[in-house]
Amino acid sequence: MVEQKVVAATGNTVVAEAMRQCKPDVVAAYPITPQTTIVEEFAAFVAKGRVHTEYVTVESEHSAMSACIGASAAGARVMTATSSQGLALMWEELYIASGMRLPIVMANANRALSAPINIHCDHSDAMGARDAGWIMLFAETAQEAYDNTIMAVRIAEDYEVLLPVMSCLDGFITTHSIDRVSLLDDESVAGFVGEREAERALLDLEHPVTHGAFAGLGGPYLEFKKAQRQAIERSRAVVKRVGDEYAALSGRPFGVLETWGMDDAEVAVVVIGSTAGNVRHVARALRADGKKVGVVKIRCFRPFPYAELAEALSGVKAVAVMDRAESFGAEGGPLYLETRSALYDASNRPAVVGYVYGLGGSDVKLELVESVYGDLLDIAGGAAAPAGPVYLGAR
Amino acid sequence: MQQLTEIRWHARAGQGAVTAAKLVAETALELDQFMQAMPEYGPERMGAPIKAFTRISPEPIEIHCNIDHPNVVVVLDETLLSIVDVTEGLQDGGVIIVNTCKTPDALRKELGLEGRDVRVASVDASGISLETLKRDIPNTPMVGALAKVTGLFTLDEILSHLTKTFGKKFSQDVIDANIASVKRAYEEVSVG
Repeated sequence: MVEQKVVAATGNTVVAEAMRQCKPDVVAAYPITPQTTIVEEFAAFVAKGRVHTEYVTVESEHSAMSACIGASAAGARVMTATSSQGLALMWEELYIASGMRLPIVMANANRALSAPINIHCDHSDAMGARDAGWIMLFAETAQEAYDNTIMAVRIAEDYEVLLPVMSCLDGFITTHSIDRVSLLDDESVAGFVGEREAERALLDLEHPVTHGAFAGLGGPYLEFKKAQRQAIERSRAVVKRVGDEYAALSGRPFGVLETWGMDDAEVAVVVIGSTAGNVRHVARALRADGKKVGVVKIRCFRPFPYAELAEALSGVKAVAVMDRAESFGAEGGPLYLETRSALYDASNRPAVVGYVYGLGGSDVKLELVESVYGDLLDIAGGAAAPAGPVYLGAR
Repeated sequence: MQQLTEIRWHARAGQGAVTAAKLVAETALELDQFMQAMPEYGPERMGAPIKAFTRISPEPIEIHCNIDHPNVVVVLDETLLSIVDVTEGLQDGGVIIVNTCKTPDALRKELGLEGRDVRVASVDASGISLETLKRDIPNTPMVGALAKVTGLFTLDEILSHLTKTFGKKFSQDVIDANIASVKRAYEEVSVG
């Protein structure tokens, strides 16, 4: 473990710092709202000569991802950041980035989608992109956002993977709050991420190749997609290996999911992002009161840790799944659906209740989390599970 | 230091509440505390009422929600007293500090805090700011008053951090004026 500098900084600041330390060759970004100050602070690093990056400001988020795709195909290490409507506008390009197997790393400040207009935190933007073929990491804190950004570069560029990675942090709650964060030194990060070694770079004129060609009827489209699935399946081992190596370097353990109190828990909450802290805080108080409660925080949403989640939940009677996004017309939010799926083959299936909470930044008060555990303890005691999804705190 | 201190700031956009919340958080870090500082973002314009929050604790802070039950309330603009319920959720044993020329007794009456187990503090931070900084930027003097009233930091701890961070951005004149304003507010704040 290396010595680290402890700072008081926002999530945006430390993600920009992580990007600088990863030395991207190209950053292309749309610098106007709903963008965050991540790219603004990164632009300042470029202007001051603290990082030698080709910084391309473009006219839309769609163009930002297009420029990232071109640069990544050319063989560059490419990073960017986006949020909310910006990610939505990138949508078709997201599929091109993953389909062309380009290891682009993008920070996403999780924020709501219109309408009605709202600028605050929820996971609708990222969950809208969950099938785009990107590896998706989520952070609870600014510290995790910093750590995930650095790990993302290694995961994306691993030759067993070659997929883009979206590193998500909660809008405003994590992006704009000052938190205590430990930063690695530049050399340690440079040593950890290394240089990108692109094997079939577009600008390798000695070995000309075609990227993103037509693969229509009779072409290998189906096979390309199968290869993409195989790549994201292989990424499971890579994510764990990179997480272990990063833990050795930083002293901060990484798990695709992280548990609290699950050894003997009778009820559990499954959650993503900053709310995991609120849930753990309430769980601690309930534990002190003798209640057997636990928490499961998902840190890697794609690929989803089905086996790990089923294992973590194997001993519980009732599970609450807290979704900060909707999937209208489905039985619950995206995390609810994945959790139910993870439990289908379990020999001892617990009751599972879906909660939709915190949309558009609605405050996740501790009383709301207490009410979720209250429901779970009632169910474990024999009460019927409420029909979900329960809209937590809705007037 | 007590387990967890929760501070809620009330101000108008442009008065420097976010800078003040940041200054307090960074000073806490230098004392090896854990902290959070977050503004409540909205479609804000200069002069619009805003809130900001600071948490300080010797233990890691896990919660990420607004502060509904503060130990400390800091009001940077007294015209907010009639339009925002600044004492909402203020805990027993807590304190409210207001930038005003009024006495703590008059303030206690105006805020309807008679009989409540809370302390009321007043300081003319705008007056101090006009004299030292030649502008009405009450944020740094309010941090001085906060240090005195809560005992979270000593005067030296605040001044040493202020010198360090402002030193990167401002001229010596501006730093000196800020130091003078923090010192004066530290000395002049009255508690009732």
